Formats: sequence, C-alpha cells, structure tokens
Amino acid sequence: MKDIREDIAWAKINKDVLKSLENPRKLYWVILLIAIAVVGVAAGCEVYQYNTGMGVSNKNNTHVWGLYIATFIFWIGMSHSGTLLSAILHLMHADWRKPIYRFAEAMTLFAVACAGMFPLLHMGRPWVFYWMFPYPNTMSIWPQFRSPLVWDVFAVSTYFTISLVFWFVGLIPDLATLRDMAQNRVGRIIYGFLALGWRGSARHWHRYETAYLLLAGLATPLVLSVHTVVSFDFAIGIVPGWHTTIFPPYFVAGAIYSGFAMVMILAIPIRSVFKLQDMITDRHLDNMARITLATGLIVSYGYIVEIFMAWYGGTIFEKHMMWNRMHGYYKAEYWTLIFINVIFVNVLWSKKVRSSPQALWIVSAVVLVAMWLERFVIVVISLSQDFLPSSWGIYHPTRWDYAIFIGTLGFFTFSFLLFIRVLPMISIFEMKHLLPESHPHVPPLETGA
Amino acid sequence: MKPAMTKPPIYGLIAEFDTPTEIVVAARKAHAEGYRHLDAYSPFPVEGLAESIGFRRNRVALVCLVGGLLGLASAYILQYWINTIAYPLNIGGRPFHSWPSFIIVTFELTILFAGLSAAVGMIIMNGLPLPYHPVFNVPSFSAASRDKFFLCIEAVDPRFDRETTHAFLSSLDPRAITEVPH
Repeated sequence: MKDIREDIAWAKINKDVLKSLENPRKLYWVILLIAIAVVGVAAGCEVYQYNTGMGVSNKNNTHVWGLYIATFIFWIGMSHSGTLLSAILHLMHADWRKPIYRFAEAMTLFAVACAGMFPLLHMGRPWVFYWMFPYPNTMSIWPQFRSPLVWDVFAVSTYFTISLVFWFVGLIPDLATLRDMAQNRVGRIIYGFLALGWRGSARHWHRYETAYLLLAGLATPLVLSVHTVVSFDFAIGIVPGWHTTIFPPYFVAGAIYSGFAMVMILAIPIRSVFKLQDMITDRHLDNMARITLATGLIVSYGYIVEIFMAWYGGTIFEKHMMWNRMHGYYKAEYWTLIFINVIFVNVLWSKKVRSSPQALWIVSAVVLVAMWLERFVIVVISLSQDFLPSSWGIYHPTRWDYAIFIGTLGFFTFSFLLFIRVLPMISIFEMKHLLPESHPHVPPLETGA
Repeated sequence: MKPAMTKPPIYGLIAEFDTPTEIVVAARKAHAEGYRHLDAYSPFPVEGLAESIGFRRNRVALVCLVGGLLGLASAYILQYWINTIAYPLNIGGRPFHSWPSFIIVTFELTILFAGLSAAVGMIIMNGLPLPYHPVFNVPSFSAASRDKFFLCIEAVDPRFDRETTHAFLSSLDPRAITEVPH
C-alpha cells in the first residue's frame, strides 16, 4: 500500500483537493442548519443557566464537578490526535500523515474551542474569567500558581495558540495556491490577504521548513503536557480515585485513543464524499486503527492499574471507590466503558475490520461513547461517595447540561463544515512533495569554501 | 518584446521550468555564472534549491531559542514575584517560593514564546506580509503555486544585462523567458 497514488500530476492534486470548495450539495446545507439550530438551543440554555444559577445543572456541595468537566476532558483529549499527527509524526518522518494532518489539526482547534467553553460555563460567572490571568488589577490580587487549575489555564491557552499558529503556518503556501486559483475578486482578496504575499521563493521555503520543524518539535512536548496538566487537576487532589500517579500517562493515552477515533469518524465520510481515496488511502485508515488499538490497550492497562492500586494501596476509601464503581449506582456506565475499551476494541486486531471503512467508523463511534463515559465515571463516581458518608449523593446531568453538551457537538460540526468549504482540508504542497518526481535528481552540491 | 527607445527599468528576467531537477540545475548554473541577486520559485519545497542559489543558513532557530529563553525567564520571574513578593499566600504550609509548582507554567510559556517567535520570525525574515511583488506581474507566475518552477535573475545584479542574461537563460533550455516589469 502506498501513501499516495504515484501517477497523479501536481495540478491534479490542486484540483482534487479544492473540489471540496466548490458548491456543496443540499445535504451540506441541511447538516449546517441543524448544527446552527443545535448551537442556538444550547446558547439559550446557557442564558437560562446564568439567569437561574448553577443549580440547574445539578451541581451541589457533593458534586462540585459534573458533566461540564467530564465533557471538557472529552473534548480536550480528542484534540490531541491532531497535534500528534501534525507534530510527532512529522518529526518521525511518517509521510503517511500528510493527507490527514490538515483536517486533524482543524479538528484539534475546534475541539479545544469546544473544550474551552466548559470551564467557562462551569464557572457560573464566566464574564470574570480573566481573573485567572496574572494582570495588574485594582483588587491587588494575583493567581495562585500552586493550583493545578491555574496550570490548566496556561496549558490550554498555550495549546490553543500554538495549534492555531502551527495550523496557519502550514496553510500559508496553500493559501497562496488558493489566491492564484481564485475565480473571483473577493476570493483573490481574502486568500491573498491571508497568504501574506507568499510566492514560493527558495529562501522563503528554507526558513519556512526550519520554522515548521521547530514548531513541530515544540508542539510535541506541549501536546503531552496538556493532558498531563488536565490529569493534575485530579491527581493533585486527594479525592479517592483521583489521587494517583498513573493519571498523566493514562490520560494522554486516552486522549490519543479518542482523538484517532474522531479523526476516523471525520476522515471516512470525507474521503468517500469528496472521492479522495487516491490520497486518504486504506493504509491511512489501517495505521490510524492500529494507533487506536495500541492506545486503547494502554488505557486498558490504566484500568487494571487503578483496580490493582485500589486493592494494593490498602486505603479503605480507595477500595470503596472501586467497589462503588463496580457495584454502585453508576455500575452500568462503568461496565459499559470497561467492556468497550478493554474487550470490544480488540476487534481492531482483525485485518478485516481495519480494512473496512464502515466497520472502522462504527468502532470509532463506539470508542468515543466509551471515552465520554470514562470521563464521566472518573469525575462523578469519586465525588458521589468520598470520605464523608453524610455528604454522599447521586448526580444526574440535567436536560440543560445535555443541551449544552450537544450544542458543542453542533458547534464542532458547524466549524468543521465551514472549514472544509473555505480552506483546503488536505495540505496541497505536502501532497505534491510526496510524489516521486518532486525530488530533484542531481548530485548533492559540494559545500566547500 | 522589442527594445524601445527609453527602456523602462525592469525588475528582472524570469525563466520557467517544468521539473524540480531542471530548476536546481538551472539555479546552480546561474549561481556559477556569477549571478547573486537571483531567486527560485517553486510550488513546494525543493531539496537543495536554496543552497544552489547560495542560501545555506537561516536564523529562524536562533530567534526561536531567544524567544523560548525569554518565555522561560519571564514566566519564572513572574511567578516568583507574585507568590513571594506581591501576593504571598500560605497554602498548606508550603514555602512561598515552591519552585516545583512553578515548573508547569514556566514550561508552557517557554513553548508559547518559542513557537510564536519561530512563526513570526520566519514570516518577518521572509519579508512578509508583502502584498505586492513584481514577480506577480508575470501572467504565468500563478503556476508557481501549482506545477511550474521559476528562476528569476534580478536587474539589480551587477552582472545583469538584458541581452546577455536573456541569452544565458535561453542556454538553460527553459520553457519560457519573460521580462518582469516593476
């Protein structure tokens, strides 16, 4: 299996990739409108929540964290695969990343944007969110840098900024292509503005490649740090089930696991709708499925360590937490996620499943459900019965929570649909670079003198 | 184009090629011929093309390093100043200068500053954003972002002469040679 069909011409890559920018079919508008409607409903629920108070989402003294925080982790975890594809695999010279990394990066951005909404929603008074940043103020107060919540602010905002810059730098040459191919004046002006006057000069490419490599090198530790910091939000605390050292690697593996599932959910319909099988080949799906399987197994290992440590640690609270997960009120959620992430994911060992896009799509969707449940289980079960039996309780997300959660799904869909209409979702110049005739056949220059 | 009585000053002469191999060979010959004010344009990075016109090193990495160090220093100093001088809080009896807690924000801001410096440094050192450039006056130049390769010898080069440079470019067997107006 090849990374790309090798007989495609450079100009055909332009045409094939930019096909998605042509007038879309009716279904596109239908999905777009549904997405907008869902976002609208969620915005209404948000207003209702601000008006009424956090009580509408069933937050109380026992359950200070609920669906919002679980969903925050869900989204931020999902975003990680985009950076993994664009940065880590770039450093490893894994050329198979090239056709899929652009829209995976876009997915990263939109997922982080969705994730970022949840801490704000959770604050109850989101209009004072900037109190989290260190800035001189008349109250003479400053953030408390020993708190993981402050680390989180820095980690997530850095991650978003660097992902955006990385994405934009990767887009510059393609924006120049769009400018040169624009059919009308408006397109020429907008793309021309964004392309910054890129003209493909050899000196520019030289600096460009250095900058891109450096960004990849910087994004690599960054992406690993972000979910680590998110896991510190839990691990630094003393709540049973949270206070554990397995959390950082287990969270990062879970992030990549769910992220690749999301990339497959997007890539499989895209390649069949836009007929991009020449570029997003079966090999790409196969590789992504393998990564999903590998990270899924790491996550399973995390579950085993959690159970082992609850027993081996000898703390009655940890033991009770694990008992509560397995036999308590939320046991259905727990066993569903264990079944999917430990047992069901093993269907990916089968070559037959990995080579069937439909089967992969279904597996990915199931994995996403399980990963959302995992975060829910982590957040909610530990809080529902911790040290003080008198404050034990049961938490249910309300319809307002769910509406807002679904609203971010709508926001994600909306942004993604917008993206595939206005920007090339496959990196044009990197695809050209994959072709064998893109490499000059000349002896290397002697670097004397 | 016939030479007129008063020649308008032109930006240079641009030759169009079909393959990366041709452009690298042509760029090397032009550089060997003594031309120094020249540039090559390609739709994707071509290995060795920048080197063949005599551009070997760039300073993007240096800018990135300086940016990263600045981010590192400013983040740590900021946290130190806030937690020990401006707003000391006793949190669980930990020292005010509890450096392990400061590592994460320091790390994040190092990455942030280094990444922004690399990207912005690259753009600025490339002289971008630059909405207007004479090479865009060449109608066929839009193919430079599609599937054609261009070598431009600029008129500011001391060895530039309309006729001899044109003859030299012709000897490289390009697909076309065009004058680039300002």
